[in-house]
Amino acid sequence: MSAPHALLEARGIGKSFFGISALEDVDFTLEQGEIHALLGENGAGKSTLIKILTGVYRRDRGTIYLEGNEVSPDDVAAAQALGIGTVYQEVNLLENLTVAENLFLGRQPRRFGMIDRHTMRDRSKALLARYGLDIDVDALLSSYSVAIRQIIAIARAVDLSGKVLVLDEPTASLDANEVKGLFTVLRQLREEGVGIVIITHFLDQVYEIANRVTVLRNGRLVGSRAISELPRLDLISMMLGRELQHITRDHQAEPETIDDRGAPSIQFQNYGKKGSVAPFDLDIRPGEVVGIAGLLGSGRSETAFLLFGIDRADSGTATIDGEQVNITSPEAAIVNRFGFCPEERKTDGIVGDLSVADNIVLALQARRGWMRPISSSAKRELADSFIKSLDIRPADRERPIKFLSGGNQQKAILARWLVTEPRLLILDEPTRGIDIGAHAEILKMIERLCSEGMSLIVISSELEELTAVAHRVIVLSDRRHVAELSGRQLTTDGIIRAIAGTGETEAA
Amino acid sequence: MTWFTRRLRRLAPQLAALAIILGIISLIAPGFLTISVQNGRLYGSLIDILVRAAPVALLTVGMTLVIATRGIDLSIGAVIAICGAVAATLITDGYPLPVVIAVSLGVGIVCGLWNGILVAVLDIQPIIATLILMVAGRGIAQLITEGVILTFNDDTFAALGSGALAGIPIPIYLWVGTALIIGLLMRRTALGFLIEATGINRRAASLAGVRARFLLFSAYAISGLCAAIAGMIVTADIRGADANNAGLWLELDAILAVVVGGTSLNGGRFSITASLIGALIIQSINTGILVSGFPPEFNLIIKAGIIIVVLTLQSPAIITLFGFIKASRRSDKLNHGTKEATR
Repeated sequence: MSAPHALLEARGIGKSFFGISALEDVDFTLEQGEIHALLGENGAGKSTLIKILTGVYRRDRGTIYLEGNEVSPDDVAAAQALGIGTVYQEVNLLENLTVAENLFLGRQPRRFGMIDRHTMRDRSKALLARYGLDIDVDALLSSYSVAIRQIIAIARAVDLSGKVLVLDEPTASLDANEVKGLFTVLRQLREEGVGIVIITHFLDQVYEIANRVTVLRNGRLVGSRAISELPRLDLISMMLGRELQHITRDHQAEPETIDDRGAPSIQFQNYGKKGSVAPFDLDIRPGEVVGIAGLLGSGRSETAFLLFGIDRADSGTATIDGEQVNITSPEAAIVNRFGFCPEERKTDGIVGDLSVADNIVLALQARRGWMRPISSSAKRELADSFIKSLDIRPADRERPIKFLSGGNQQKAILARWLVTEPRLLILDEPTRGIDIGAHAEILKMIERLCSEGMSLIVISSELEELTAVAHRVIVLSDRRHVAELSGRQLTTDGIIRAIAGTGETEAA
Repeated sequence: MTWFTRRLRRLAPQLAALAIILGIISLIAPGFLTISVQNGRLYGSLIDILVRAAPVALLTVGMTLVIATRGIDLSIGAVIAICGAVAATLITDGYPLPVVIAVSLGVGIVCGLWNGILVAVLDIQPIIATLILMVAGRGIAQLITEGVILTFNDDTFAALGSGALAGIPIPIYLWVGTALIIGLLMRRTALGFLIEATGINRRAASLAGVRARFLLFSAYAISGLCAAIAGMIVTADIRGADANNAGLWLELDAILAVVVGGTSLNGGRFSITASLIGALIIQSINTGILVSGFPPEFNLIIKAGIIIVVLTLQSPAIITLFGFIKASRRSDKLNHGTKEATR
């Protein structure tokens, strides 16, 4: 069977949504009997690539070869018939059916036109036995744990397809023992010659099980390497961008001036929440930009949720100008003049059916309370002035915000907070999914805002962006604040080392 | 003026539907449109529609707000029965009219707050949460009336249902006045705006500091209040509280009125005026079938048929189809034009 061709090969894959490119010229090669990890931050294009390979999306450009033959799966069923099976993060099985019914759904063995339950049961037993699973196949799927459901899903996918198995975040909700069991199954499938693609953000697991990694970043291919010749440090720098190198910044000469800004105006002490972020200290001075760096799942957004009162801290205190405050809800945070631009713009940011003007005044109106409405002339003026100063396009304040591009939506959300004149603005991935022009404008605006005395917390997976705008960067790993870099230490190189540092000690 | 034309464009489909329905009825039943004055009071089928529409119109006002928050209130028919029972009991016990009215309104608000607790605090789906009071409410009303139809003889209270002031029946004042006050409350304060934001994207609104819980509470409380006013009108009209039948299925008419009025069940942008026109459409159909002399057993079928037509005309599929026809006509013209030009 050792053919000269790779098992699955994709060349020059491109895909864009509504004019915004999600994947550009990406190559991907999967060999037979290989576990291949696909890595990248949120929005890197992992899911898009997987969905193209498994027939969920149609690609705009590029070719896919399976065992040397060009294929073009139009939908999931076609991909399955070709031999490409997928197990998604939320296991795609039916909880209210039995295990056997799930395994044979849509292809139940029949006898005289009726479903042959005996055969189905026996074949289900035999199928699961291959994975070392001896369970009652007539019990409802919902009576089993997620880990067992996952193996059932894998068993179904391999039985249906058998050549390529794609796993999207399979370990996200499993405990250590269950992960071990899953990996045993995966190794066995590798022995049998199945090609496995696995998406995960646990680097330890990548080193434990994968033969090869492919890293995507911002919709482009960063590289594909054998895991044995890829140190962890290099892998992290591939994911976060930039080869290890020192970048000189304009900020480097000015750490003294930052200290000159005087005492911190906002202090969080021993602030944390069990299961979310370990307790940390954070002091913020007026006009300072504090960056937060870390890999996906390291507790970046969770830190923002704590600071803005979306999650309640269960330890520590928050102090503003020397007075202790309780930030137990977003309302409380807003009363203390905090603002927060969330990462998930569509679900957490915009109010889609309302106009741009309504979206811009929403936070201000909420703070004033319902009895003190903003007059329509004041609303018009506020909206128009921010549409102008942030260059929101189209410059039509009455247009429902859902019809704007991502970058312009983001600017409108920024405007929503700027009208409230916050003392601290938290930006979670402010430039994600935004075209280059808007990207630069938003960075410029961050600099202008802090020169006007507003404090900023910027969370980003773009390290160049952080080193360019932040005075200090806090590095998170494994839901802990592990390092704080400033002055000359503040380089992409330094951040990557800080992230990798803890990772390596843990692995050791 | 742009404000006026925008309003007109928003209300055009509902106004057109109402006009067509009234037109058809007046063709079938001559004299339908005549209004006369007898004993200093206006009479006629049109006036009758405005009077009979009072309960549904009141429920529609509250229902519009609840639906705007992406909820639904199934309990208001039962709240009519509860408040009617409370009012009738207090009247027969000899309490003065202001007390009767105040207590009945208070009970309506409490019913709304109960729904508010279930929806906003306990996060129960609105359809289930309000189903509880829909079922239990009639039981509560039966307990209050002790299982009988509680009749009373109090002319001042009965005037709420059948009296007239300056020639115009009192129920018309009540529903138009309530709608005006609540409409102004929504649009002159920021309540309407914040309710819309909450209904469209509760999470995003909360993250912007909007107190979504308070808004949900107020929407359900207003809905309960409107049902209480409707309950008093219904009770005053028949001079008795019928726990089993007062307001029966009226919540469904109110939902229909909101939908005919073009407010989406997915929450968000709402128009109380459009919903009220929807309520008038429903009542016109009811009254129209009656005066047209159709056998009454056809009533429900005819009503359903007309509503299917109205909703079909408003459906996204038809609107896209019309847009498509328009566009293709335009491109025909364009093609024609280019042909002319090439010639």
